[in-house]
Amino acid sequence: MVSTLLVALRASVVTLVLTGVLYPLAVTGMAQGLFSREANGSLVRDDQGREVGSALIGQGFARPDYFQPRPSAAGQGFDATASSGSNLGPTSQKLRERAVAEAERLRRENPGAPGPVPAELVAASGSGLDPHVSPEAALWQVPRVARARGVDPARVSALVRSQVEGRTFGVLGEPRVNVLTLNLAMDRQFGGAASPPATPLGAAQPVSPSP
Amino acid sequence: MTLIGWSQTLLFFALVLALTKPVGAYLFRVLETDARPLPRVLGPVERGLLRLCGVSREEEQTWGQYTASLLAFSLFSVLGVYALQRLQHLLPFNPQGLPAVGPELAFNTAASFTANTNWQSYAGESTMSYATQMLGLTWQNFMSAAAGLGVALALARGLTRRPGPEGRKTLGNFWGDLVRATLYVLLPLSFVAALFFVSQGVIQNLAPYHGVTTLEGAKQTLAFGPVASQEAIKMLGTNGGGFFNANSAHPFENPTPLTNLVQLLLIFVLPAGLTYTYGKMTGDTKQGWALFAAMSVLFLVGAAASYAAESQANPALAVAVAQDGNLEGKETRFGVAASSLFATVTTDASCGAVNSMHDSFTALGGLVPLVNMHLGEVIFGGVGAGLYGILMMAVLAVFIAGLMVGRTPEFLGKKIEAREMKLAMLYVLIFPLVILGLSAVSAVIPQGTSSLNNAGPHGLSEILYAFTSGVANNGSAFAGLNANTPFWNVSLGVSMLAGRFLMMVPVLALAGSLVGKKVVAAGPGTFPTQGVLFTGLLVSVILIVGALTFFPALSLGPIVEHFLGAAGKVY
Repeated sequence: MVSTLLVALRASVVTLVLTGVLYPLAVTGMAQGLFSREANGSLVRDDQGREVGSALIGQGFARPDYFQPRPSAAGQGFDATASSGSNLGPTSQKLRERAVAEAERLRRENPGAPGPVPAELVAASGSGLDPHVSPEAALWQVPRVARARGVDPARVSALVRSQVEGRTFGVLGEPRVNVLTLNLAMDRQFGGAASPPATPLGAAQPVSPSP
Repeated sequence: MTLIGWSQTLLFFALVLALTKPVGAYLFRVLETDARPLPRVLGPVERGLLRLCGVSREEEQTWGQYTASLLAFSLFSVLGVYALQRLQHLLPFNPQGLPAVGPELAFNTAASFTANTNWQSYAGESTMSYATQMLGLTWQNFMSAAAGLGVALALARGLTRRPGPEGRKTLGNFWGDLVRATLYVLLPLSFVAALFFVSQGVIQNLAPYHGVTTLEGAKQTLAFGPVASQEAIKMLGTNGGGFFNANSAHPFENPTPLTNLVQLLLIFVLPAGLTYTYGKMTGDTKQGWALFAAMSVLFLVGAAASYAAESQANPALAVAVAQDGNLEGKETRFGVAASSLFATVTTDASCGAVNSMHDSFTALGGLVPLVNMHLGEVIFGGVGAGLYGILMMAVLAVFIAGLMVGRTPEFLGKKIEAREMKLAMLYVLIFPLVILGLSAVSAVIPQGTSSLNNAGPHGLSEILYAFTSGVANNGSAFAGLNANTPFWNVSLGVSMLAGRFLMMVPVLALAGSLVGKKVVAAGPGTFPTQGVLFTGLLVSVILIVGALTFFPALSLGPIVEHFLGAAGKVY
C-alpha cells in the first residue's frame, strides 16, 4: 500500500512536469515562432497604425455611422475579460422584455431599413464577444449608416457584400461579416468616422422629406 | 433546417467513420502490442518515464492492485489541483495577480478535473492564473483521459483474456497504460492539434491581459493566456473545461467553422477508435463494429432531434421578431446547425465543451443533451469511459437475452453469473440514485434554489442538468445556475467523484471477476454479440434503462416547459 502511494506520488510529479509544464511551454514556443500574430490575439490597427482591437473579438458600436453588432451579455457588454451568454431560457420573461426593448430600439434607429428587424440583432451571442453579424443583418443597417455618413447606400451595400466571408468549403458554418473589419473598411473608403451625432439617437429625423 | 445544415452533420459523421479503423488500429498497436512506433526514440523515453515514477519492472496487476493504483493516483491528482489553486497567488505565471481560489471552489475544481468532468463553477479569465490553467488543469486533462483509457483496457482485457494453464488473473499495469496512453496518443495528437488551432487564431501566449482603445474610443481589455495547448487536450481527452467562461463559443478558443469541425472530431476520435481497438482485442472486429453501430444510431437520432428543435423559434423572442431558428446564445459563425451538432456531440461523449449556451436552447433542444447524458455517456462517451460504459450495457443486454432463452448468458464465451450481474447493476443504479437524489434535495432547499437564473420549469431543468452533468462526468451546464456557492460547489464536487469512482470500481471488479473465467465454446444457445440483432438489443437496453429512470423528472422540466412555451407563457 505504501509503495503504491509512493509510486502514485512520483507519477503525479512526473506527469505534471511532462504535460503541465513541458507541453504547454513547447506549444507556446512553437506558436510564437510560427504564428506570432495569431498566437498574440490577431490584433488589428487602423490606418494611423493605432491598435483598435482584435479581429476575433467583438466590440461595442453604438454610433449610427457604424454597423452595430449583436447584443452582448459579457459583463456590461463586450467585456473581453468576462465572456458569457445571457443563459436566459426559452420561457424567460427577462429575455422577452430584453428582446422587445431591443427590437423597438432598432426599429426607432433604423426607420429606413428594409423589412422587419433581423432576429439575430436581438439575440445575444454565446460568448458575448461574437465579432460577426450575418450579411442580412449588416445589409439591414445600410440605410442608417449611409444616411449618417451622407453617402450613397448602394456604395455601402457594395462594401458590405465585399466583406462577406462564406461557408468554409461551402458547407461549414454560416456566411458572416466581421463588424470591426467592416467599420474599418467604411472609415477607409468614406473617410474617417463622421463626428458623433449632436442629437440623441432616439431623436433622429424622419426619413421621408416633407412635401 | 437546410440541406447544408444536414450535410455538416453527415460530413462530420463520415469523417468519424473513416477515422475509426486507423485510430483504433493504432491504439491497439501502442497499448496492446510491443510494436510501438519509433522504438529507438520513444522506447527509452517510455522506460525512463516509468523508472522516474518508480516502476522499474512493469508487473501485471490484479483488479485490486489496478484499482488501488488508479485511486492512489487520483488522490494525488485532487490534492495537486487543489493545492495549485490555493497557492496560485504565490506562484509564477500569474500576470493578472489573481488571488488564491477559495476552498469550496478549489475542491470543486480539483474533483471536477480529476474526474474528467471539467464542470466549471468559475469563469477562467477572472479566476485561474496561467500556472493553474497549465499545471493543474491541462495536467488533469491529460491524466483523467489516460486513466479512463486504462480502465477501459482493463475491462476489455477481463473480457478477452484467456486464462492459461497457470490461470492468469491479471488486467495489465495501470502505470504502463497511463504512461503509454499519454506518450503515444494524447501528447503527440494534442501537440499537432494545438499548433493547428493557433494557425487559425486560437491564442497561445503568457502575456498579461492586453488593453486596446476600440474604434469608438472605449477601453477594451483582451484576456490572454496559453489557450491552444489546453484547447487541444480539452477536446481530445473529452474533458471540456474551457480556458474562458464562454468555452468553445469564445472566439479565442474556437475562432472559425473549421476549428469547430476539428474540435468535434477530436471529441469523438478516441472513443470511436476504441470500439475498433476492442474489436481487435476480441479477435473479431465485428464485435467492435456492433458497439460502434449502436453508438452511431443513438448519435444520429440525437443530432437530428437537436437540429430540428433548434430550428424552431425561441418562444421568448417570438413577440419581438420573426425567427428562422433559435439564435439566443449561439455564435453567428456557427449558426443553428453547427451549434446543435456540437451540443449533441459534446453530451454524447462526456466532453462538456460548449460552442453555444445550452441554457438558452429551446425546451426540446435542451432536452436532447439531458437525454444523451441520462443514457449513461455511452454514445461514444468519454475516452475510455464510453467503452467501459457501453460494455456494461452489453453485459446487461446479454443477460436479458439469456433470460429470454432460459440459458446462463455468456459474453465472449465467459459466463455472466450472479456476481457479474450484481456488479453491473451496481454500476447502473449508482448513476440515477445520485442524480435524482441530489436534484430532489436541491429543488426544495433554499441553498439549491437561490442559485437559479431562470424561474418556472426551466429552473428545475437547471438543477437536473447540473447533477446529471456532474455524475455523468460531462461538465456542460445550463450555465445560468450560479454554482459558485458553498452548497453547489461541495454537492457537485461530491457528485462528480461519485460518478467517476463509484462507477469505475464496479467496472474493475467485474473485469477481475471475468478475467479468470474459462472460455466456453459457442453453442446453438449462444447469443451472438455482433451483428444487427445484438446492436438492436443493445440500443433498446440503453434506451429503456435511461428513459424509464429519468422520464418522470424530464417531464417536469423540459417537456412541460415546451408546452408552456408554445402557449406563450413566460416566468
